[in-house]
Amino acid sequence: MRYIPNSPEERAEMLRQVGLNSAAQLFDSIPKDLRLARELDTPAALSEIELLAGFERLAALNPGAARERSSFLGAGAYQHYIPTVVDHIISRSEFFTAYTPYQPEISQGTLQVIFEFQTLVCQLTGMEVANASMYDGSTALAEAVLMAERVTRRSKVIACGAVHPEYLEVVNTYVQHAGIELVHADFDSATGQASSDLAKLLDDKTAALVVQSPNFFGCIEDVAALAEKAHAVGALLVVAVTESISLGLLKSPGACGADIVVAEGQSFGVPLSFGGPYVGLFATREKYARQIPGRLVGEAYDKQGRRGFVLTLATREQHIRREKATSNICTNEGLIALAATVYLETMGRRGLQEVARQCVQKTAYAAKRISELDGFSIPFTGPRFNEFVVRAPVNAADLMSKLASDRNITGGLALSRYFTDRTNDFLVCVTEINSRAEIDALVDALSTVSEPEDTKTQIE
Amino acid sequence: MANVPEELHYSKDHEWVRVEGDIATVGITDYAQNSLGDVVYVELPKPGEQFSANESFGSVESVKAVSEVFSPVSGAVAESNDALSDDPEKVNTDPYGEGWMIRIKMSNPGEVDSLLTAAEYEDFTKAETE
Amino acid sequence: MKPEITKVTSHISHNEALIFERSQTGRIGYRLPPLDVDDVPIDDLIPKSFQCDNDLEGLPEVSEVDVIRHFTRMSTWNYSIDLGMYPLGSCTMKYNSRLNEKVARISGFANLHPLSSEDDAQGALQVIYELQEHLAEITGLPGISLQPAAGAHGEMTGVMIIRAFIDARDGAEVSSQRRTMLIPDSAHGTNPASAHLSGFSVKTIRSTAEGFTDLDHLRELCEGGHVAGLMLTNPNTLGLFEKNIQEICRIVHEAGGLVYMDGANMNALVGVARPGDMGVDVIHLNLHKTFSTPHGGGGPGCGPCCCTKELEPFLPVPRIVRSKTGIPAGPANSTDDVYKLDFNYPQSIGRVKAFFGNYGMMLRALSYIQTHGHDGLREATEAAVLNARYIAKGLAGEYDKPFAADPMHEVVFTDKLQTRKGVHTLDIAKRLIDYGFHPMTIYFPLIVSGAMLIEPTESVGHQELDQFIDAMRSIAREALEDPELVLNAPHSTRIGRLDEAAAARRPVLRWKPKQAATAT
Repeated sequence: MRYIPNSPEERAEMLRQVGLNSAAQLFDSIPKDLRLARELDTPAALSEIELLAGFERLAALNPGAARERSSFLGAGAYQHYIPTVVDHIISRSEFFTAYTPYQPEISQGTLQVIFEFQTLVCQLTGMEVANASMYDGSTALAEAVLMAERVTRRSKVIACGAVHPEYLEVVNTYVQHAGIELVHADFDSATGQASSDLAKLLDDKTAALVVQSPNFFGCIEDVAALAEKAHAVGALLVVAVTESISLGLLKSPGACGADIVVAEGQSFGVPLSFGGPYVGLFATREKYARQIPGRLVGEAYDKQGRRGFVLTLATREQHIRREKATSNICTNEGLIALAATVYLETMGRRGLQEVARQCVQKTAYAAKRISELDGFSIPFTGPRFNEFVVRAPVNAADLMSKLASDRNITGGLALSRYFTDRTNDFLVCVTEINSRAEIDALVDALSTVSEPEDTKTQIE
Repeated sequence: MANVPEELHYSKDHEWVRVEGDIATVGITDYAQNSLGDVVYVELPKPGEQFSANESFGSVESVKAVSEVFSPVSGAVAESNDALSDDPEKVNTDPYGEGWMIRIKMSNPGEVDSLLTAAEYEDFTKAETE
Repeated sequence: MKPEITKVTSHISHNEALIFERSQTGRIGYRLPPLDVDDVPIDDLIPKSFQCDNDLEGLPEVSEVDVIRHFTRMSTWNYSIDLGMYPLGSCTMKYNSRLNEKVARISGFANLHPLSSEDDAQGALQVIYELQEHLAEITGLPGISLQPAAGAHGEMTGVMIIRAFIDARDGAEVSSQRRTMLIPDSAHGTNPASAHLSGFSVKTIRSTAEGFTDLDHLRELCEGGHVAGLMLTNPNTLGLFEKNIQEICRIVHEAGGLVYMDGANMNALVGVARPGDMGVDVIHLNLHKTFSTPHGGGGPGCGPCCCTKELEPFLPVPRIVRSKTGIPAGPANSTDDVYKLDFNYPQSIGRVKAFFGNYGMMLRALSYIQTHGHDGLREATEAAVLNARYIAKGLAGEYDKPFAADPMHEVVFTDKLQTRKGVHTLDIAKRLIDYGFHPMTIYFPLIVSGAMLIEPTESVGHQELDQFIDAMRSIAREALEDPELVLNAPHSTRIGRLDEAAAARRPVLRWKPKQAATAT
């Protein structure tokens, strides 16, 4: 087997040197009745040629990823330009085949990258300390809720209904045995933003108010106002961001008064890859640094006064504090954090601003054109970044299916996937990747929907 | 050889107590700070918090370990050594002086009698190292 | 006596500042197509008060060349698997194949949105399904979820499943008495941390002097009906196979609990023995260990959770299932299989992550399994255990080996023979760096004082094993003859030992512009 350096002959010699006659004897300490007497029922070995052909065949069965398919899917994962240098850098052996930097003298590459990542996350979120990454935005949010309970010693958490439904599911899973009461608050059905009724739910038992901005429907929340409401009862404001490119144009959650900010970093140079690996950003105020989950990299000096970086404040973590740790997290998303760091440093200040601006303007163009179509409307009036809900005159799931099969367009996400009563609503996301021609093609495809004869013939 | 001042009382968890009237000043011993290594952070309670004898009132962290600290006597915290948040090293350099951790107003001063004397503590640590 | 270091020589090492220290106003590293829609003023679209008002101050401005040089230089400061052996115990630092990387980058996978319709993602769903099947076969446990993103995440999932099962079996009132999780004193820290997340309190089981789970202590702890389960690693963190595993499972089951296995050490078992056959109820795997997906400097991982049929209803949702379309195979479709997402599991513990998990790692693991084939998988296990056995023999005598039993894929030594001269495990590890190796795992497991846990994996040839053994022997000699050399190691790296205490006392966790820094 070509990944095993020692040939069968070399191994036979090594067996002799350790006093054994056969490889099977290596497992003498395993009771005989537990040793497999047969081969594993998995496929026989494939050569590279056969293996790649097999995967290419499977990849071809994913028309959703085909080059000719234009897509307006967002809802927590976003299609953005990824500079070529990102993949080159994360493909360097020294980055992707390296381990967690427990031995700092020979891991300064990884450590300095994480320090830069932590800094960039602080800058974008407007916070003072950020960790080395979480698994993704959804688990980062769950951990933020647990942290809010630790910090305030209160057990009620109010979550706004406009937070991504899958994020709320994950939070629910994490808090179910933590003695935390998760209260779901409605969103305002006119604006699509958090409801002003939220204030009524906040009291002195509230550990945190959780909101997402831009929210699941694409609406930008008034984070500063929500921060005030939360702080008035001594609760923390936790802000989740699924579309991190928005941080290139919107006021940072930190500047608006957030206490913990979590985000999905996939928009920063990470391919869609059917849902993962992604990267969770986690940032908070300096005073809570010792309550933060996950790894932290700090500056350190050696005896000669040379600057380096090292994993620090490890006493918060599982390998030291065990059941009293701030989290059980160990492996996080190191290489994806590197990808995000490369992206942010390549695009830089101006690139990030330009991507964000293009998203806003293309989205405005698409929204305007769609709203002018007969039978279509945009139900939420709140300001948007790059996503918005469209109300169609027909069943949205069927409509999306038709757009894909007839026009090779992924028109958006039918909201009935998460909100069973919103049968005619779908969520459209526009980024710098979507050309004007693509947007026009989408609008054109939608315009044919109001023609009943067309609908009938397509079904046959 | 660890330093074990004569006039203090000691617990088996390596805390020392200085008694002045009904106020007990508590810290960790020279032996304890030496085993822990460089102290990087000390977590202390707020004034007013109540503890019973042998209850944990905080923790001491080195780079690679955390140790709980236990109150040798019962009472309410009168004062916490806030200086330790800026200078946790004092626990290493001056464990019986500037490295003090809390001052407790004792609710049951008689508890001091069940603590170890300096000689008893010295014997105790000798036995532990063997 | 000058030591003979054969694996490394000195090399160029560049200095490279932080990107923020390199940044120059006006440099750019990107180009986007020009805006092709109307350039509407942003203020007309978004209220000014919602907009960023600091012009993204502090974010770097560099050219593409700066980016390439910055990261390339920093990369040269890292040791990595591609450079050589990484004997980290319980980490399984095996070769990360380039083929797996190519598979993960195929655009039909890389560009697929997770919320694509099932029709648009049949190939992607089939990958998940096939990997599930193979892992079920390898573990002997039919229930499986690939949703957890790392080992600890998989542990949390598994322990929550145990809790859900017991709550359903016993009813809320009775099960509320059953909230203890037993964990060996040799366990990885994620185990008790994960148990805590599921609302369990932890009781520790002792290990015997021979390094095995103390059965008497286990029996004692299982009395009283409070035990929900046992979390153990097998082979354990000392590298020893728990030969009493069937008895252990029986004791726990009879006491009404379930057995969770931490699958971190599966590299000693694949193709040889299966946790499901041992009586284990639920296990997590580390694809970034046993199945070679790259460690990436700290992730991504993938921590599948596998369980018995009885526990299947509690797995996270959605599940990926296969059914038949009823349309026979023809030119438009190679089989009549169709893959679907199934959310209909009312007893599920819920989602543990958005979407499906770390899909890119699943592709890599499937490629690993196909590349090895069933023969190769077993061969890898044999080679891994043989390499560890070879090192065990090579170092015995020079270093204290606390346990007599034959190690499996990893072996533990201590610094007992070296501490007489004031040299400790940490120093030995740092000196090993000068010899060109990444140190082994140190001070774990906690029950062995001065532990050095060595796991070579199958990816090391015997010449490098010999170099490692020679290096360790040389260090043992240095500890006796020239301890200062070891105590002040490493000598050949671009920075020496860092003052970690100072770093923890006054943490500096981000870069700040100079003016702000001096102001404080």
